[in-house]
Amino acid sequence: MVKITFDGIEVEVEEGTTILNAARKIGGEVVPPAMCYYTPLKGSGGKCRACLVKVAAGSAKDPRPMPKLVASCITPVQDGMVVENTTNPDVLATRKGVVEMLLINHPLDCPICDQAGECDLQNFSYEHGTSGTRYEEERRTFEKIDIGPLIQLHMTRCILCYRCVYTADQITEKRVHGVLGRGDAAEIGTYIENVIDNDFSGNVIDVCPVGALTDKTFRFKNRVWFTKPMDAHRDCPKCSGKVVLWMRGNDVMRVTARKDKYNEVQEFICNECRFDHKDPNDWTIEGARKIDRGSVISANHYELPVLNVPVVPNLPGSTEDDLKDTPFNLGRSV
Amino acid sequence: MGRKLLTEHINVEGIQTFDVYRKHGGYASVEKALKTMTPEEVVEEVKASGLRGRGGAGFPTGMKWSFLAKPEGKPRYLVCNADESEPGTFKDRYLMEKLPHLLIEGMITSSFALGARTSYIYIRGELLYVLRILEKAIAEAYANGFLGENILGSGYSLDLHVHPGGGAYICGEETALLESLEGKRGNPRNKPPFPAVWGLYGCPTVVNNVESIATVPWIVTNGAAEYAKIGVGRSTGTKLISAGGNINKPGVYEIELGVPVEEFIYSDEYCGGIWKGRDMKAVIAGGSSVPILPKELILKTAAGEDRLMTYESLSDGGFATGTMLGSGGFFVMDDQTCIVRHTWTLARFYHHESCGQCSPCREGTGWMEKVLHRIEYGHGQMHDIDLLVSVAKQIEGNTICPLGDAAAWPVAAAIRHFRDEFEWHVKHPERATAPGAVYNKADSVLA
Ligand SMILES: Cc1cc2nc3c(=O)[nH]c(=O)nc-3n(C[C@H](O)[C@H](O)[C@H](O)COP(=O)(O)O)c2cc1C
Ligand code: SF4
Ligand code: SF4
Ligand code: FES
Repeated sequence: MVKITFDGIEVEVEEGTTILNAARKIGGEVVPPAMCYYTPLKGSGGKCRACLVKVAAGSAKDPRPMPKLVASCITPVQDGMVVENTTNPDVLATRKGVVEMLLINHPLDCPICDQAGECDLQNFSYEHGTSGTRYEEERRTFEKIDIGPLIQLHMTRCILCYRCVYTADQITEKRVHGVLGRGDAAEIGTYIENVIDNDFSGNVIDVCPVGALTDKTFRFKNRVWFTKPMDAHRDCPKCSGKVVLWMRGNDVMRVTARKDKYNEVQEFICNECRFDHKDPNDWTIEGARKIDRGSVISANHYELPVLNVPVVPNLPGSTEDDLKDTPFNLGRSV
Repeated sequence: MGRKLLTEHINVEGIQTFDVYRKHGGYASVEKALKTMTPEEVVEEVKASGLRGRGGAGFPTGMKWSFLAKPEGKPRYLVCNADESEPGTFKDRYLMEKLPHLLIEGMITSSFALGARTSYIYIRGELLYVLRILEKAIAEAYANGFLGENILGSGYSLDLHVHPGGGAYICGEETALLESLEGKRGNPRNKPPFPAVWGLYGCPTVVNNVESIATVPWIVTNGAAEYAKIGVGRSTGTKLISAGGNINKPGVYEIELGVPVEEFIYSDEYCGGIWKGRDMKAVIAGGSSVPILPKELILKTAAGEDRLMTYESLSDGGFATGTMLGSGGFFVMDDQTCIVRHTWTLARFYHHESCGQCSPCREGTGWMEKVLHRIEYGHGQMHDIDLLVSVAKQIEGNTICPLGDAAAWPVAAAIRHFRDEFEWHVKHPERATAPGAVYNKADSVLA
């Protein structure tokens, strides 16, 4: 075990743990955001630069600071390391810059995007970005592409986190999915619209942090905050069969894998579970899913006050007073 | 006349062939190393020579070699970086084209020092004709017993392969190069682990520039002490400089490190002065990635000392008033050069060549290019200039590989030293976009 200090908090973790995972062990506000790293996917991380932190002391043996900010998701801890995240103004300013970069070519079409409400980019920019933009140039766009009958690729929204590429590589049987081109013209290609058709292809939808890969069977059917997530399972010969049903009334609007509080899939599910069982009678329903994040999903019924939800920090104008009389009063005890 | 260690025989008729090369002392270092030295002794020799990597970063070659991990049961590789694609740099091509056996000799001696049994030359894809030259030379080396099994009866065996790239500048970055060599998309890897531990096919690997490797034979044959006598301070030996731009005699020059910049530009031995009798405006001293310097600062440091062609002297003053020797792409601009247009051209290159993996570089390079394009074409606003500085800062130091820095530095430096020229473009779009119009300081009185 090694000991590190993260934002002034000491934490003990196993050797080889990344700085990000050490911070996750502490949990809460100090955890750096991660837009590309994804625990279940080998090789992921290092790309988006959202998780950059300052290493103020490299280790007990060599306490010199690291010269550049480092990607916390891929940098292993050393005993005696001192890391600054929310306590370092440089880190916060740089992160603001990363948000800006990720948004300059983003279409900002949240009002018509199926991912809205459960989008990592929305959360990231809301929590770490600025409200305006300095970008006056034309944004790059791509044509929408159908990846088979079930998945749609809207490349214009993609942040090139490579998660779907790793997913296609690591959990599906054959790889027809990669990145073509380079720079800001790089795109998720399926090698001339080659259909990803195998039993686990649908997982690329779940790993996508934005609305670039969406479920065509759910397209425009509903907003996620109108649907109620329910844990459910079935006997499935192909996967664990443990899913989340997103229900409106008694209808199953869509089926996804279960995700943890960092929006990472806990167990990948097969396409049959995801696309072919939209009848609640196919499932054993375990109960309402707890959504941990300050997400709009957890606010899926405005009419029923949920008690004691803490004030979501960092939101502009999110003091108790500001929110008291708005429809967004998430029922906190006033 | 400075000493020529690499290019002494470059104009000898037939030097591309094994026989002629051998007659002029070629492959002596292989004989010496394999017959009379241990690999460790070769490494020590290179260390003692003070040779620094000629690919751009100037990292001491001997030290890099001594970092190579040597785990049991894993092969080690030497990979020669012949991807040379940096605008303004064309020395490796010249060397390989004219003296293919020098590089091969360097590869054999260096591979022996590192304990590599298979080595690669990764060559820029556009240089197919050079690849043919190298392949022919390699076949000759095999035929004469300098490659293959049991070289010169020493018990040491080596196979050497040449592999062409697919036309991406980023594959010159050493880890992108390794990915590409493995047959994958040329994305730079996250570091650590460094290639010395986890390189080609997950094995310990040294990546060195063509010129670095081509210098090894001379050092081994003549001794490190002899080599270290040339140069100034920690800049030992000679360096190939690709001289280009608005000079009378563009070309590749082998210089002894320590030649004054002024002499290099104006003497007839080298660049021969500025063409058309014009004045010099600026110089990029080490390939397109390094900061541009105006005439006053390239000839003299901020402290008023003569600037020398050494790693230390060129970087004197940091980025505020200095630059870098880099890969030795020496690019001279006369007073008729538009700095804004030039900066836009470079920004366009880096935008085109970013691999797109990390967000600051992928998005920021395109952003800078677009803003510069607007300013150049008369649609700029004053705040665009600071915006460029800010975007460059957002990229610099925050990316996976140094291409992000390489894209940010030229823009930041151009504005640092030529802000008035950018402002003139914004203030006087009609004049700035008139055909052939170029800003000069006298003009700024009217501005
Ligand atoms: C974008 C980029 C392009 C590069 N291109 C080259 C190149 O074409 N040739 C080269 O020798 N080094 C190039 N380098 C530097 C290599 O990564 C590496 O440092 C070098 O090959 C090491 O050799 P040396 O120690 O002999 O200088 C490049 C680096 C970057 C970041
Ligand atoms: S499509 Fe989604 S998962 Fe794939 S790279 Fe783009 S943003 Fe990431
Ligand atoms: S800095 Fe640019 S070229 Fe280098 S890895 Fe990142 S996106 Fe690719
Ligand atoms: S999460 Fe670490 S770089 Fe993307």
